[in-house]
Amino acid sequence: MTTASSGRRGRRGWGSTAVAVLLVAVMLFPVYWMLNVSLQPGGGGAVASPWLPLHPDVSGYAKALRDQGSHLLTSLVVSLGSVVVSLVLATPAAYALAQFRLRFTDAFLLGILVSQMVPGIVVANALYGVYSDLGLLNSLPGLVLADSSAGIPFAVLVLRAFMATVPGEVVEAARVDGAGELRTFWSVVVPMSRNALVTAGLFTFLFTWSDFLFALTLTTTDDVRPVTLGLYQYIGSYVQDWSAVMATAVLASLPAVVLLLVAQKYVAAGATAGALK
Amino acid sequence: MNALETPVGGRTVPAPRPPLRTGRRVQHLGRALFVAPAALYMLAFYGYPLVKNLVMGFQEYTTRTFFTGEAPWVGLANYEQVLGSPIFGKSLVNTFLFTAGSILGQFSLGLALAVFFRRTFPGAGVLRSLLLLPWLIPLIVSGAVWKWILDQDNGALNRMLRATPLTDARPGWLTSTTLALAAVVMVNIWIGIPFNATILFGGLQDIPDELYEAAALDGATGWRAFRYVTWPLLRPVVNVVLVLGVVYTLKVLDIILGLTKGGPANATQTLATQAYQLSFVEFDFGQGAATGNLLILVSLLFAVLYLRLSRQRAEG
Repeated sequence: MTTASSGRRGRRGWGSTAVAVLLVAVMLFPVYWMLNVSLQPGGGGAVASPWLPLHPDVSGYAKALRDQGSHLLTSLVVSLGSVVVSLVLATPAAYALAQFRLRFTDAFLLGILVSQMVPGIVVANALYGVYSDLGLLNSLPGLVLADSSAGIPFAVLVLRAFMATVPGEVVEAARVDGAGELRTFWSVVVPMSRNALVTAGLFTFLFTWSDFLFALTLTTTDDVRPVTLGLYQYIGSYVQDWSAVMATAVLASLPAVVLLLVAQKYVAAGATAGALK
Repeated sequence: MNALETPVGGRTVPAPRPPLRTGRRVQHLGRALFVAPAALYMLAFYGYPLVKNLVMGFQEYTTRTFFTGEAPWVGLANYEQVLGSPIFGKSLVNTFLFTAGSILGQFSLGLALAVFFRRTFPGAGVLRSLLLLPWLIPLIVSGAVWKWILDQDNGALNRMLRATPLTDARPGWLTSTTLALAAVVMVNIWIGIPFNATILFGGLQDIPDELYEAAALDGATGWRAFRYVTWPLLRPVVNVVLVLGVVYTLKVLDIILGLTKGGPANATQTLATQAYQLSFVEFDFGQGAATGNLLILVSLLFAVLYLRLSRQRAEG
């Protein structure tokens, strides 16, 4: 490819673009379909949806917000809570694992590796009993804590990869200036790690927002019900109104879209940090 | 917030040797405190469930347990019942087919996309990031969307099929016992392609261009360049993608529950959905725990086997 003349490469370039657009169109058809059906007039039962939203109608969204509005709010609260819990626990740990020579660093990292193999259903199975005893079923703190089980190991890995690139001299210099461990961490390392923190936070938000298993197993009433579970109940019985279901699906996909459109720079920053380590 | 720093600098005991040691120890303790909260969390939300499930697997642990607090020891009864049930064999085979089919599809299509996107062309960056979307949206959302696409009577797929001259049939993708597993695998492939493509693309980018130029001088281009340059250098990344892929796919639950709930007639029941079914639908947490433990065992066996195989290949 590098030997091709610039003219040929230009033509071939646009040809590749055409192929790529086609591939992406095929891959994203379900996403288009979700959007299309969400904009169709609802209430017609399970009839064939038109191929194009020529007469866009927001009644699906109105019904979705009526039925699922509170669930969306619950998802938002739980996700934000989980971001806070995950970052508060993971950031100091990542710093210590990256900068100090601790005896149990390897053990901790092995633990993270093992945690990736543990099925969520096994965790839920054991937590249900404890949660029942502690009154954490159907509670926001209970769901926030359980949902952080995806974010914390991930955040530790991303932050540690970045913090290992913070030059030891910077940390030393802060110490020489008389800053203690905690001051060095809080006023030097944390501000330097802003991008990695945003990356870890965004993904933690997305993990929790997408959680379905813990919502399904650790809640039994409608009190604390995230939108993933609301959607599951929508499709669990015979569906009367697919436009409301798809409108809910679109609303539940918004954080992923926002992450992709707005925060790409942070995603790239995190990936680079991980690659550079 | 000087709680951690004062002991380190502030403790000046007259004796010459002990202070240094005490200081070191205090310093080490202070540093360990940075990790302690996260370590405790990991122990509580991964370590404890693992141990607790092992114990629960030997107990009669049902809804009654929550009222009486009693979970009688039953030895291997849970495992006997789980292994003796006709659903178990089916779940095990389904787990294997689901995982093998998903990984085969995700990996080969993901690799093809990654290789394709190595080309430089206008809009490559934007198009590549758009491909991430199926991976980022919640699994249960994908489940809902595909459930409507795969609907027998009015789903988009069957309407497209009938528009072609190939067939007039309307396969019941999610309602036929012979098709449901294939349909669920197909959806899971769709979800997994972006992950595979992204990681493999990163691995491809790390292969220096000079190697391809050198290979081209030796007459290796196209397929031969892939076979003798790309593939060997990509092996470490391939290993990571495959091991992670299998480990993650073995425990998939959301997508199957969303599409078929394990049905029709257990046609899409896997060990993960079966563990859920036993614990949270039939409220037999002991049998659910036993099934979950068997799932972990399968996962462990695979990881050990794969690592041993790839090490053998590297040495031999």
